[in-house]
Amino acid sequence: MADLVESFYANTPAFDDSPPSSLSPEDRSRLLSSYYPDYRPEGKATLKVGPNKGTVVPQELADVLESRSRLPSPRHLPDHPDHDVDILILGGGGAGITAALFAAKEGRSVLLATKLRVGDSNTVMAEGGIQTALGEDDSPVVHFRDTFRGGHGANDPSLLSVLVSEGPEMIEWLVSRGILFDRDPQGGLSLRKGGGTSKPRLISAKDYTGLELIRVLKEDVVNAPVEILEFSPAIELIAGPEGSCAGAVLYDLDSRRYIYVKAKSVILATGGAGRLHLAGFATSNHFGATADGLTMAYRMGIPLVHPESFQFHPTGVLFPSEMAGMLITEAVRGAGARMYNRLGKRFVNELETRDVVASAIIRECAEGRGVKTPQGASGVYLDLVSIDRDSGEGTVERRFPNIVKLMKRHHVDPTKKPILVYPTLHYQNGGIRIDARTRTTVSHLLVAGEASGGLHGTNRLMGNSLLELFVFGRRAGLEAAEQSLHRPAFSWKETSLSHLDRFEKELTSAFPATERPMAPVLFPDYRRKES
Amino acid sequence: MVRVSINGREYSVHQGSTMVQAMWYTGHEVIHGVGCLGGVCGACATVYRIEGDFRLRNALACQTLVSEGMSFSMLDSYPIQRAHYDVAALTDPKEELFNYYPESATCRNCNACTEVCPQGIDVRDSVWRANFGDFKAVADMTFSCVMCGLCVSRCIAEMAPHEIALYARRSYGAKELPFPPNLRHRLDEIHSGTFTGDLKRLESLSPDELKKECEVRS
Repeated sequence: MADLVESFYANTPAFDDSPPSSLSPEDRSRLLSSYYPDYRPEGKATLKVGPNKGTVVPQELADVLESRSRLPSPRHLPDHPDHDVDILILGGGGAGITAALFAAKEGRSVLLATKLRVGDSNTVMAEGGIQTALGEDDSPVVHFRDTFRGGHGANDPSLLSVLVSEGPEMIEWLVSRGILFDRDPQGGLSLRKGGGTSKPRLISAKDYTGLELIRVLKEDVVNAPVEILEFSPAIELIAGPEGSCAGAVLYDLDSRRYIYVKAKSVILATGGAGRLHLAGFATSNHFGATADGLTMAYRMGIPLVHPESFQFHPTGVLFPSEMAGMLITEAVRGAGARMYNRLGKRFVNELETRDVVASAIIRECAEGRGVKTPQGASGVYLDLVSIDRDSGEGTVERRFPNIVKLMKRHHVDPTKKPILVYPTLHYQNGGIRIDARTRTTVSHLLVAGEASGGLHGTNRLMGNSLLELFVFGRRAGLEAAEQSLHRPAFSWKETSLSHLDRFEKELTSAFPATERPMAPVLFPDYRRKES
Repeated sequence: MVRVSINGREYSVHQGSTMVQAMWYTGHEVIHGVGCLGGVCGACATVYRIEGDFRLRNALACQTLVSEGMSFSMLDSYPIQRAHYDVAALTDPKEELFNYYPESATCRNCNACTEVCPQGIDVRDSVWRANFGDFKAVADMTFSCVMCGLCVSRCIAEMAPHEIALYARRSYGAKELPFPPNLRHRLDEIHSGTFTGDLKRLESLSPDELKKECEVRS
């Protein structure tokens, strides 16, 4: 493999450092509409069934939204549930863990069920940082404005206001749990720059931010009075009296049995959809990111907001191919990394918002200025060498040890050679519609984290998703604790899966001739394939 | 193609695939043992040998390419004892380490943990530094730990060095480092309502007004 890498790099052009031309707002919208996958007509489907009927979404997402249940019809609930708890949390990433910790502190019985192990999530993979306005000339108000502008003005202002004003408190909580964020010489939290922001606002733990967060919070949740079921993804929500939510059906991946949980409140924190590989894109997401929460909520009739909007992170590794999709954090561009095409020319300001930078890369490749890999894919160079040149030898190694370690394993030393990148499917900008208390249109069903939508508009700024997990994870945990205290008692006999029958009836009339796929898909299936 | 043995059975797989990709290619359904596929979650600890070499090696399966004559099995989970503690309630973390992890003082310096670590951490040294109370050094040297537990699998003193390091890092962050002054300052401002009015005003604007207002970079 080392030979292949060496011969690939033998053709690297000399890099011309002259700045790219700057973009007017019109240039940006033209670039987006021509190249950004969200705005392209290919590979799309119009939803025919459910609360978002008429919305155009990626075909792969339509396949899981307009799908059959894994539970075969006729469906019956057993005489008794396997678990009866105050609060059921679905998902063990950052939002689920945070919700569990705050709900358990209120003294409620909490069951957290997750697909893989607690902590296996997109959170653990986050590299760059958390956005929170701590700079002297910065404020939650400026954070609000930057995020709203970055989200193309499609953000829900009430969610955004909560995010920016409660963010610092959540950072205080994380620091008190012993999370080690990078510090400046005065002992304050170091602030770095991300794309699309007007102020340096990212706090990070080198490029291991998500790992550091999860290592610590996982230990806390394991030590908290929270019952944990791993390898037990939810496959359906259970309906209660008056169209409420009353629990969920889990699937035990080891015993291959269903587990029925009755709960006074359910928190969906099931994360994103990257492993659906929309439009054939590689993904930076963890193995279980298959839009399960969206699928289950949609069947219950809960509307999604911006389901057509996804974040294709500009810089996923393209070569060596075994690393395809792995993310190179935006923080490297904040620190001065530059991008070059096959001709060695810069082609976009590296600190434009993610969607603009991704579109520019796609354009370069579509117009023949991409760099070809031995496998025939096209990408552009992301050069970190300029960081060391600007900020001193050793900066890359000190600030981005994970990238250096991972790339070196595959014979590419990023302090000496550029990394070949192409956009990678990274984040679901939209999701299940929630209000500022994380409530949905179905009572006693709350949503937090990537599964929810509205906060980021149609383009998320770097570092806002980690902040969201903690701000809205806590809100969901506390809201569930409050609700479960006041919810009138109901019996297991009042619960049902009738919403599935209703949904499948609609499905049959909308797709009379075709058998719809089954979902949640739980995992991508890469078996017996050539690559 | 290269010849490999997975869980004791021989297969022919593509050169240039990772161990996990080789398992998929040969039809294995991998659930225990896969997480992030990006080298940070620690789910895919794996033990392997190369034909003709007596050495037993370890790796993360999502990060390691197969090679001719490689024989490997995943170590999905390694049993450990984890301390039950609340970092906020620690009063003398350096002493309390020996209550929570008394075995940490029994390191016999064999260095097997350091040799096995897929992240290249000097694990043995980190255990000693924890014992001597230099938690800052532990934090610096173990920051890349993915908690895969391979060190536990080799420790002849039967301790869990990665858990000890986690304890030391957390104690250092929560108890030794001073609270960040810039965060304190911003929290004080928020609690005294400095930004409430401005945020309320932004929330109350119509979508078009808000767009116009936010268009300008401050």
